[in-house]
Amino acid sequence: MTCGYKDPGTLDLEALAVRENLNLPQGLNQIKKKDRAAIPQQEMPSQEAGIRGGNMTEVALGYSENQVIVEASRCLECANAPCVKGCPVSIDIPGFIGAAAKGEFDEALDIIKESSMLPAICGRVCPQEKQCMETCTLGKIRKDPMESVAIGRIERFLADRGAEKGDSTVDKAPSTGKKVAIVGSGPSGLTTAADLARLGHEVTVFEAFHKAGGVTVYGIPEFRLPKSIVQREVDNLEAMGVQFVYDFLVGRTRTVKELMEKDGYHAVYVANGAGLPKFMNIPGENLVGVFSANEYLTRANLMKAYDTEKAATPIYKSRKVAVFGGGNVAMDAARTALRLGAEEVHIVYRRTEKEMPARVEEVHHAREEGIIFDLLTNPTAIISDDQGRVAGIECLQYELGEADESGRRRPVAIEGSEFFMDIDTCITALGNSSNPLVTGTTPELDTNKWGNITVNEDGMTSMPGVFAGGDIVQGAATVILAMGDGRTAARGIHEYLNQ
Amino acid sequence: MIRILKKKQLSSDVFQMELEAPHISESRKAGQFVILMLDDEYSERIPLTIADGDGKKGTITIIFQAVGGTTLALSRLEEGEAIAHVLGPLGTPTHIEKQKKPVICVGGGIGVAPLHPIVQAHKAAGNRVITIMGARNKDLLILEEEMAALSDELIICTDDGSKGRKALVTEPLKELCEADEKPAECVAIGPPVMMKFCAETTRPYKLHTMVSLNTIMVDGTGMCGGCRVTVGKETKFVCVDGPEFDGHLVDFSSMMSRMSSYKTQEDEHTCRLEEKAKELAAGGVR
Ligand SMILES: Cc1cc2nc3c(=O)[nH]c(=O)nc-3n(C[C@H](O)[C@H](O)[C@H](O)COP(=O)(O)OP(=O)(O)OC[C@H]3O[C@@H](n4cnc5c(N)ncnc54)[C@H](O)[C@@H]3O)c2cc1C
Ligand code: SF4
Ligand code: FES
Repeated sequence: MTCGYKDPGTLDLEALAVRENLNLPQGLNQIKKKDRAAIPQQEMPSQEAGIRGGNMTEVALGYSENQVIVEASRCLECANAPCVKGCPVSIDIPGFIGAAAKGEFDEALDIIKESSMLPAICGRVCPQEKQCMETCTLGKIRKDPMESVAIGRIERFLADRGAEKGDSTVDKAPSTGKKVAIVGSGPSGLTTAADLARLGHEVTVFEAFHKAGGVTVYGIPEFRLPKSIVQREVDNLEAMGVQFVYDFLVGRTRTVKELMEKDGYHAVYVANGAGLPKFMNIPGENLVGVFSANEYLTRANLMKAYDTEKAATPIYKSRKVAVFGGGNVAMDAARTALRLGAEEVHIVYRRTEKEMPARVEEVHHAREEGIIFDLLTNPTAIISDDQGRVAGIECLQYELGEADESGRRRPVAIEGSEFFMDIDTCITALGNSSNPLVTGTTPELDTNKWGNITVNEDGMTSMPGVFAGGDIVQGAATVILAMGDGRTAARGIHEYLNQ
Repeated sequence: MIRILKKKQLSSDVFQMELEAPHISESRKAGQFVILMLDDEYSERIPLTIADGDGKKGTITIIFQAVGGTTLALSRLEEGEAIAHVLGPLGTPTHIEKQKKPVICVGGGIGVAPLHPIVQAHKAAGNRVITIMGARNKDLLILEEEMAALSDELIICTDDGSKGRKALVTEPLKELCEADEKPAECVAIGPPVMMKFCAETTRPYKLHTMVSLNTIMVDGTGMCGGCRVTVGKETKFVCVDGPEFDGHLVDFSSMMSRMSSYKTQEDEHTCRLEEKAKELAAGGVR
């Protein structure tokens, strides 16, 4: 972690100095491995913490060209490429980083696109420190995955540069005359749509909301993932001939079966996400001022409630906010509340920071912005005022006990540690379980005990011609896994249609 | 885009619109609703019950009271114009059973609109329906003819006695509970207070009473939980588990305070809208 703020210009100049020292771009080979490992990791330019707390625009600003070349030069080009094994979709990481180090940015992006459809999104939101950066040799040498090659930041640069240049006209196979319906326009649905359209199938995406993108537009805030990036992907798909039908709730407007039998779709891909907020089942959870993070974030993002002048959708005015949870959803909700004017925002989490499932960068940003972390703390009740509004929370302090089967040390409540927190808004960010709307109206679909649809290795469900993937199969997971499932299913659907 | 085919004003601030929505019209059942949004960006999503529909023509009918910013704007749209987004049909359809004894349907104010398709469905199932309609005064009664045509018996109440009985709907409801022929069930739809008191009226007679809740909603798909209510100690999502629930189990006071969550902000917003409208009317700014 760095201390002291450096503006983008300074970071670029520093990178330029290193780059001149390295005497690139003649190729990496001239620099000895030892010297490469000694190059400091390039810091991500960002808006200063004090300023960004007051706006909704993106926090991380992206590497400069100099920074990308220097960062890419840190890669040791390991023969066994452990980073690739850490990547859920096996991107040829040393391949694209090697090209980037030589300044061959177009080639580098092409290599990524062989395996990933959404690099501009994944570069921003993947939990790299638990994936490619966790297994990266450089991180092992430096004994900290955060010091690995900043793979995602390089990926983001390449994707943004490609988009600015206006790439992505893709070759399309001649029409096969087969129709495929996709349920849900999240990352998983969009990926399958792209792959299938490319293969010449006629693709229609059915989306319940009035906008495409799934969690990436209604959940993940603008300051972390600008909506324009997701919209770009949707525009590309439309240009490829993919049809988007909004305001269409599969299970209510039409069932999966009707799509096939009445509307003549030859195959269906169900990618409707997780989309059922979990609550804690503690007293007071239905008071005024208690929200699921899904609701809070949907109001703020999709419905643009942050723009109080223009938006008709209201958002609760808060003074002191408590967010329950320690994942990305919790960080997003807390940082949104701060930007909407709350004086004090707390993350209330039962374990310690080490166990937090959120991306390390988000936790770091949240701390910089002044979010208060109440760790080893758990709410036991939400207290009401005389009008049914939140007046505070009752909490218990925890300590870490014995490790459980998963090796994580279980938090145990400390007896007599009850205390009261003055809070007027609670946001529960405890994750999502699977929304039963589609499965409930399609009895042919087998599910597991959590309500997730079960599929075979080609992504096909128990119902012939119906495939599924993303959060509805994985349980609330990640964008990259949703995208990976989309790819698998597209291959599966293509084979099924060719039978 | 969903086109407005017909528009009719039912009372000073209540409007009826027939919309061209073939998919929704084909699948919809009594008790279901839609969520609509007037533009792609800054409008809000509001739930409205489907008051009627014609599967053959591919249309649905909505009835709404122009009270907030969005319903006001909606009321200004004309035939031939379009609503940007209409999602539906949403919610669990009304459970309709063939009953040997009469079914009492109570509608208060604009609540008669959602009641209409339920009365239709009960009649289609061959049930005897006694309808009680209430409003503050006779000008605020809506769908009177339709309800009279559908119901086996229609009782009208107004607060000021300008039409029918000068009474609250709970009065005839209580009488019917005490009548010789005990009713089979009751459906009560209207303002929360009315539904609460209807439920209280039927409780001593153990008359099964369904109410239809109109909570704040965002997505309407069960994703956000903003619509949740407490029903017999359990939390339920109105948009998917409802909108109809057993009135004897609903925690009305919690529901009513949740419905006023944004009261101050909404008032401010409507104020701003009104100011803008005044400015425009005065030919002022821009
Ligand atoms: C606040 C938040 C932050 C997150 N941060 C990260 C992060 O930093 N990194 C990361 O990797 N992951 C993150 N995730 C998780 C990630 O967003 C999801 O794993 C991913 O979006 C799942 O993709 P999907 O396509 O399966 O579903 P979704 O993105 O959920 O999309 C499903 C779509 O289907 C639509 N839909 C649902 N039901 C129906 C229906 N019946 N008919 C028609 N349409 C329907 C929905 O409206 C939605 O648009 C985050 C999630 C949240 C909520
Ligand atoms: S593990 Fe790290 S250093 Fe090795 S090839 Fe991958 S990115 Fe480069
Ligand atoms: S309106 Fe969001 S869950 Fe019901």
